[in-house]
Amino acid sequence: MNRNKHSLFAPFGDLPPGIQLLFVWLSFLTPLVAWCVVSYVPFVWHPLMRVADPGGVSYFQKDTLVDKKVFRAENEKMLAAGKAVATGVPANPVFLPAPHEVAQALYKSFTTPPRRKGEPWLHESLWHSIRIIFWGFLLSSILGVPLGILCGTFKVFAKLSEPAVDFFRYMPAPVFGALAVAVLGIYDGPKVAIIVIGTFFQQVLVIANTTRKLDPSLVEAAQTLGAGQIQILFQVVLPGIAVDLYNDMRILIGCAWTFLIVAEYIGASSGITFFINQQAKYRIYDNVFAAILIIGVIGFATDRVLDWIGRRIFPWQKSSGRGGLLKALRESRRKTNPA
Amino acid sequence: MNDDYQAQSPEVAARFAKLRQRPVILDVKNLTKTFVSQGLEHTTLDRISFQVYRREFMCVLGPSGCGKSTLIRIIAGLDSPTSGEVLLDGHQVSGPGPDRGMVFQGYTLFPWLTVKKNVMFGLRMAGQGAATAESEAREWISLVGLSKFENSYPHQLSGGMKQRVAIARALANRPRILLMDEPFGALDAQTRAQMQSYLLEIWKNVDVTILFITHDLDEAVYLSDRILVLGTNPRRISEMIEDPVPRPRDRSQFVSPPFLATYHRLGELIHPPAADVQDRLPITRMTMVGDDVE
Repeated sequence: MNRNKHSLFAPFGDLPPGIQLLFVWLSFLTPLVAWCVVSYVPFVWHPLMRVADPGGVSYFQKDTLVDKKVFRAENEKMLAAGKAVATGVPANPVFLPAPHEVAQALYKSFTTPPRRKGEPWLHESLWHSIRIIFWGFLLSSILGVPLGILCGTFKVFAKLSEPAVDFFRYMPAPVFGALAVAVLGIYDGPKVAIIVIGTFFQQVLVIANTTRKLDPSLVEAAQTLGAGQIQILFQVVLPGIAVDLYNDMRILIGCAWTFLIVAEYIGASSGITFFINQQAKYRIYDNVFAAILIIGVIGFATDRVLDWIGRRIFPWQKSSGRGGLLKALRESRRKTNPA
Repeated sequence: MNDDYQAQSPEVAARFAKLRQRPVILDVKNLTKTFVSQGLEHTTLDRISFQVYRREFMCVLGPSGCGKSTLIRIIAGLDSPTSGEVLLDGHQVSGPGPDRGMVFQGYTLFPWLTVKKNVMFGLRMAGQGAATAESEAREWISLVGLSKFENSYPHQLSGGMKQRVAIARALANRPRILLMDEPFGALDAQTRAQMQSYLLEIWKNVDVTILFITHDLDEAVYLSDRILVLGTNPRRISEMIEDPVPRPRDRSQFVSPPFLATYHRLGELIHPPAADVQDRLPITRMTMVGDDVE
């Protein structure tokens, strides 16, 4: 075996499994450590001073955040005037909470009731957002997936729809916001519509392209085996692109999340965006960070689950190939020598 | 020496006499294929005519770019000719169909189906029930010796095994003729030799006519009844050779006089002697110790 194959920087090489896991952890730990350093090491960044004792400075109060320069200038004045100097500790701006504050907020934001009656709890906001995504993506897919496959398979459909789709694709989905509100009202209708508009056109083109990448010799083989046009569509094209289609959908669902935030600004602000905006207005940035993190966690968890499902519903995938072959060989050997 | 390949032993002559008695399965008449590229008209096939008899094994041999793949694709119905026609059992061919099975050079097994389901594919297309198709598929799989792998997926098989499944899949439809487009071209030499012997075995045991495309001279002489040699300039049939090597064939015949004579003749047809001189490379001498190599 090639000795260089396991070297860290071998082009297209493999990593030993232990090292691989280490790097997976590092990919999450590195940004977290950077955040910790900026938050907890006083001489890194910390552009402000949190006042502990205002001393003689008239407008300082306990816990006020003051620019370091101002703090120093005021203290020099105080020294010159012979008054008591203010004391304080270096601090970061309010919009950069420390990791432990966000960690607390992650828990507290679910348990703290909304400030005003009638405002939704965090979990209600989240659930609302997820419902919007679900309906938007579902409606888009009901139209987009079949149309994409038809465009990829039959020139007629491609010529009939792709130029227009390409044209609409360049109109940013949010510009339809006002129109969507006029037509669909101010509640969830226009939000779902924005996600559909944002996803649908990409979806058609991406899936048409995936369909076109199907190995044409598979279609030819099916023809020489007597398959008709409908049979080719359902028994060759569909299963032939299934794996790639599934992965496309995973990417497109990320696309739907992007449009969610825009969609939730339209009409009556709602969902996770509303929650984030409210918290930012109250200057509770711990909660803002917590909510953003939760979106990330939901997206990442969804993708992992889809990946896990994908590996089970497509057993012919090459990724599981090596183990699969060894298993098949081992089993066939076991069958021949029952000992 | 040049005429040796035409000398046939009495048994071989009798074989060919019998062969010519059999009905014609495939009749290719005046097939021409031209295409236009950058305003110029190119001829890929120029008035090709030949006949294949029932149960015959015919190889089509030619240098790369002579249009042999185009020829087989037209016969399969995957391409259409500019003029001329292809008759199968006297009926004109238009479009692909299960009466002409095809084995491609690339691997064309359906990756999402197991070996068994791949072989069942054509039978299911023909409207057979799952149970009959399955039991029939099993027989074809055991014919190519892959019963142990009937539930494996194609990516779990080696190249040679994949092509054996492809042969089983094409034969399961009981085609009148099996078209093979350089089916062993991507295999290593050892597997290739093994596959050639397998194929002769299968052909002996199954009532099928085979049209086999290759650019490998050994392969053509080893497998064929007749060898159709296509030329590049003009793009016509250079010669139809009756393979004088007696059957049953085995690899020891590779050094027998009829084999060598045929091989030699094919070499002359495919690589004309003049080409050797034209192809000499303008290499400057770059070694001090090179005197010993020749």
